[in-house]
Amino acid sequence: MSGRAFVFGDNIDTDVLAPGKYMKAPVEELARHCMEAIAPDFAQTVRAGDVVVAGRNFGMGSSREQAAQALKILGVSAVVAKSFGGIFLRNALNLGLPVMVCPTTEQIRQDDRVAVDLVGGRVINETTATTLAGEPLPGFLLDMLADGGLVPHLEKRLAAKRETSG
Amino acid sequence: MGMTLAEKIIAKAAGRPKVAPGEIVTCKVDLAMIHDSGGPRRVKPILDRLDVGVWDPSKVVLITDHYVPATDDESRNIQAIARSFAAAQRIANFYDQQGICHVVLPERGHLRPGMFAVGGDSHSPTGGAFGAYMFGVGATEMAGVLATGEIWLRVPETILIDWTGKLGAGVSSKDMMLLLCAKLGMDGGRYQAVQYAGDAVRALPMQERMTLANMAAELGGQAGLIEADSITKDFLRAAGADVEDDESWRGDADATMSEHHVFDATALEPQVAAPHSPANAAPVSSHTGTRVDVAYIGACTGAKLEDLRMAASVLRGRKAARGVELLVAPASLRDQEIARREGTLDVILQAGGRLLANACGICAGYGDERFGENVTAISSTARNFKGRMGAATSNVYLGSPYTVAASAVEGRIADPRAHI
Ligand code: SF4
Repeated sequence: MSGRAFVFGDNIDTDVLAPGKYMKAPVEELARHCMEAIAPDFAQTVRAGDVVVAGRNFGMGSSREQAAQALKILGVSAVVAKSFGGIFLRNALNLGLPVMVCPTTEQIRQDDRVAVDLVGGRVINETTATTLAGEPLPGFLLDMLADGGLVPHLEKRLAAKRETSG
Repeated sequence: MGMTLAEKIIAKAAGRPKVAPGEIVTCKVDLAMIHDSGGPRRVKPILDRLDVGVWDPSKVVLITDHYVPATDDESRNIQAIARSFAAAQRIANFYDQQGICHVVLPERGHLRPGMFAVGGDSHSPTGGAFGAYMFGVGATEMAGVLATGEIWLRVPETILIDWTGKLGAGVSSKDMMLLLCAKLGMDGGRYQAVQYAGDAVRALPMQERMTLANMAAELGGQAGLIEADSITKDFLRAAGADVEDDESWRGDADATMSEHHVFDATALEPQVAAPHSPANAAPVSSHTGTRVDVAYIGACTGAKLEDLRMAASVLRGRKAARGVELLVAPASLRDQEIARREGTLDVILQAGGRLLANACGICAGYGDERFGENVTAISSTARNFKGRMGAATSNVYLGSPYTVAASAVEGRIADPRAHI
């Protein structure tokens, strides 16, 4: 499955992804203000399956996981960046939002059609017919993503534990 | 080959004799700190769904600070959820509106060298000032920790930052950190362990060391570490922590550091970071003369007792310039009381300072107090991202408490060394 690329630069911070002003509001409402300070149209134009493409240190800043949650609610299917803020990366995976490090994201242009191959660790740019190498995630994180994130993953684990001890 | 401090702590928490950078390990958590924003209101529904309680309430510390003071129904509700969670989960270590989590946690004796700790907040590396490995996680991950008492991590490399020499008068750890943000960038820490060492670091009082560890977050480090010494132990013992005398929580001399940077504290000038990034730091002289509307002394980074003392040393007998609003939000109630008793607070209030709650306040940008449209502020906090502390059109400069105070007096960004 491929989606339209929304391209951003370096150091996109969590206050831009999840503005503090809306942190009390339900996360669905907060999501409508995602990226507002730098890209006012983003939340209105992004569609299910689209891919966020960024430079270095995407999601730097606070630990608020609404930054990843907002992207998920807006339907973003994956985030590909040269590097991620460490807490954001963990939050995204925990919430079931696929992320991948790709050192050459500058080769993707706004509105290119891209597909992200998490298991293979590559980004396929259908518009330019090129493939960019990324870093595949360790297997246990792919498993967690496949379960839909940390909570369903733990649910499964705890159920298995209860069964064996029960 | 020896181990770094980070490796030693992680190896102990993982129950392994040795770990090496890059390995993925599962660690047992000695301490989990949560606050009102990412804490109970977010973790409770997950624990309910998993049908489990907190794995060990004695290892959990809950502090309310982000939605304090609660000025509307949503904030009051968030606070109420925190209180009922503490009661239902029997969390005895509950500090309700006592100050900002990163400052209250050590102040109440909850940290010890060698601990493996997580916090539901990005500035959790602050705990590393005490020789603990502490890092921030989001709410879902915290729920996982509270359910299981465990967390995975990739064993980090250690980036050693050496500060030689001695800080001059009117220069502080905040200036050290702003310089590092400019030199190394906000991803210079690469989500590894950032360790601070050298004569200038050892000479710092405990709360100044906390500022270094705290802003490891701005360098993008997972943790910020300083080896414990007698200053650490004296601080923690005074706080009621049961600290042993053994010196084992040090890295080995032959451990491998992935990077080693050396900076000279003697030559360091006060630094100011221009909007909208801490990495926009430059010597204060490049911004002197910029007019400010607000001077804010606040946050875990910039309003601890030591920070208030720095500000007061500039403000003593002086007044904030006309048209400048001087705001002070002491980082904890206890620090505020000490500052009151010793006269520090009075100096700031006499200078025209308006006292705000012992909470995150404008730094978090969650409450009613926010910077308005087109306001220019200088702030002792850690982050000046666009729109974080108020309107997207507000411009926030970052500086040390000395620099914020000097700028309040002059009504424009000012070099504090002329005022000391
Ligand atoms: S004072 Fe600011 S930096 Fe510190 S915990 Fe609160 S919001 Fe975070």
